Amino acid sequence: MTTTTANPDVATSARERAAELARVRADFPLLTRQVNGHDLVYLDWGATSQKPECVIDAEQDFYLTANAAVHRGAHTLAAEATELFEDARRVVADFVGADDDEIVWTSNATAAINLVAYAMSNATAGRGGVAAQRFALASGDEIVVSELEHHANLVPWQELAARTGAVIRPLPATDEGRLDVGALETVVGERTRLVAVTHASNVTGAVTDVAAVVDRAHAVGALVVLDACQSVPHLGVDLHALDVDFAAFSGHKMLGPTGIGVLYGRRALLEALPPVTTGGSMVEVVTMTEATYLPPPQRFEAGTQMVAQTVGLRAAAQFLSDLGMDAVAAHEQELTAHLLAGIAQVPHVRVLGPTQAVDRLGVVAFEVDGVHPHDVGQVLDAAGVAVRVGHHCAQPIHRRLGVASSTRASVGVATTTAELDVFLDALAGVRAYFGLATS
Amino acid sequence: MSGLEQLYQQVILDHARERHGEGLLDADPGAAMVGESFQVNPTCGDEVRLRVQLADAPDGGSPVIEHVSWDGVGCSISRASLSVLTDLVEKGSVRDADALSETFRALMSNRGAPLPLEQEETLGDAAVFVGVARFPARIKCALLGWMALRDAVAKALTGPTA
Ligand SMILES: Cc1ncc(COP(=O)(O)O)c(C=O)c1O
Repeated sequence: MTTTTANPDVATSARERAAELARVRADFPLLTRQVNGHDLVYLDWGATSQKPECVIDAEQDFYLTANAAVHRGAHTLAAEATELFEDARRVVADFVGADDDEIVWTSNATAAINLVAYAMSNATAGRGGVAAQRFALASGDEIVVSELEHHANLVPWQELAARTGAVIRPLPATDEGRLDVGALETVVGERTRLVAVTHASNVTGAVTDVAAVVDRAHAVGALVVLDACQSVPHLGVDLHALDVDFAAFSGHKMLGPTGIGVLYGRRALLEALPPVTTGGSMVEVVTMTEATYLPPPQRFEAGTQMVAQTVGLRAAAQFLSDLGMDAVAAHEQELTAHLLAGIAQVPHVRVLGPTQAVDRLGVVAFEVDGVHPHDVGQVLDAAGVAVRVGHHCAQPIHRRLGVASSTRASVGVATTTAELDVFLDALAGVRAYFGLATS
Repeated sequence: MSGLEQLYQQVILDHARERHGEGLLDADPGAAMVGESFQVNPTCGDEVRLRVQLADAPDGGSPVIEHVSWDGVGCSISRASLSVLTDLVEKGSVRDADALSETFRALMSNRGAPLPLEQEETLGDAAVFVGVARFPARIKCALLGWMALRDAVAKALTGPTA
């Protein structure tokens, strides 16, 4: 799609942005790959992002020059590695509007959410003393979970409910695939102890009105756990401003390495939360019968840590900060609009989720009438286009929208409009391939 | 042949469109050996429910598969595989179906290479799934129906289902 414009300033800035995008793209070595005889068109950023060279280099440099165990030992390398590890925490905290002691390293977002759920179990079992009783659940207490959740922000709560006698109350989604904010008033009530919601759906792309959720939850004294996996890589996120109690996100979706994720917790809450994984590096005094624990975040970081990954994640957060999250979000909104408009032109394709690029990310799931997502994905793959097929670890929202599974295209910082056009062309040929009408 | 054509051979596309055995059949009144299996593919949420009705062989040998019927949500590979399977095992013996099922599994583990001719010949139309084995993500799709068949037959043989 080309836009003609009489205004030279607009033309210049469009040219500048194209040059900037070309520079960004050149930072991603993998994107130059060929797949099945075609240039790779990577539209699976929602599952995991590709990595810029600076992230790969940062991890490698750590191993080449600074590798040592952190928070253990006094030699120079150990001190340097510890400094890098804690510096990464500062940079990542800053990137999401948190304080550094509110950032706990985990292996991924799933581990972060499970940490909260198991810590609440431990509190229910009386661990953590009086301070932790605010996390204890009683039979009949309610855990509200939205219907849009990834299984990572649903199943841990089901398990917590099963261990404590609490019950799960679903917060419904609308036909458009958004959180039904109107239902907050009735679903979140006196017995609600915790509300688990996603900041942005990994299926419908809908961005949640977090303020509405937080207002209602806090009004009844419930905690809010925000799944920020899809938002942190694509929007500027300020966790203090959002006023959530806990949040989780994964490094690998935000240009960082695998094996590193983040649990954010409000300082006062982390201080009161009992540990889950226990052992080395999280204790103060250990006797043969008991131990005392370090303050957060160390209390939740037992065992030898994934230091190289934190250094890689630091580089990723820095890379995104340097681009500017406003610019990233603006670029991706343009892509989302292009994608939605393009899909709307392909007959027999239905988007699951909002069809306008408003309060919506570039995670676009859709169904092709008469063709199973596996088959759609296969035809796209033959054209070099990588998309996700299946239920994307979110069965309830698929069921809610009347399908078992879908095909999903998701964009990232290095995605171009030209790539989307390759995808749209291939998509237009899918039904024909299976002998179905294309008009 | 392109990768895609190796996967979606014409026979597969035809069976995916004109499916044999689709639509669950009620067991005949008084049928003693009836079994049903429900299988899911956890990666995509696909489901199949498959029912068999067996009868004693007239010669006292391996029981005969009287009917195969199924219902499910699935991709073209899984549905074509179910359709082909229905054609191949219906009216045959359980012993032959077991052998066929083993051969089909061997084909799926063969990374896209055909099996030795004498084995391949026993597969009939199921031999066209050879290309599926080059796409590891799709092997489960092709096997789903065969897993359901094995399970349903085992249940039919071990006793009446409630
Ligand atoms: C919205 C959402 N939540 C949670 C997760 C789980 O992230 P991870 O698998 O990195 O723990 C994902 C990614 O799959 C996601 O998209």
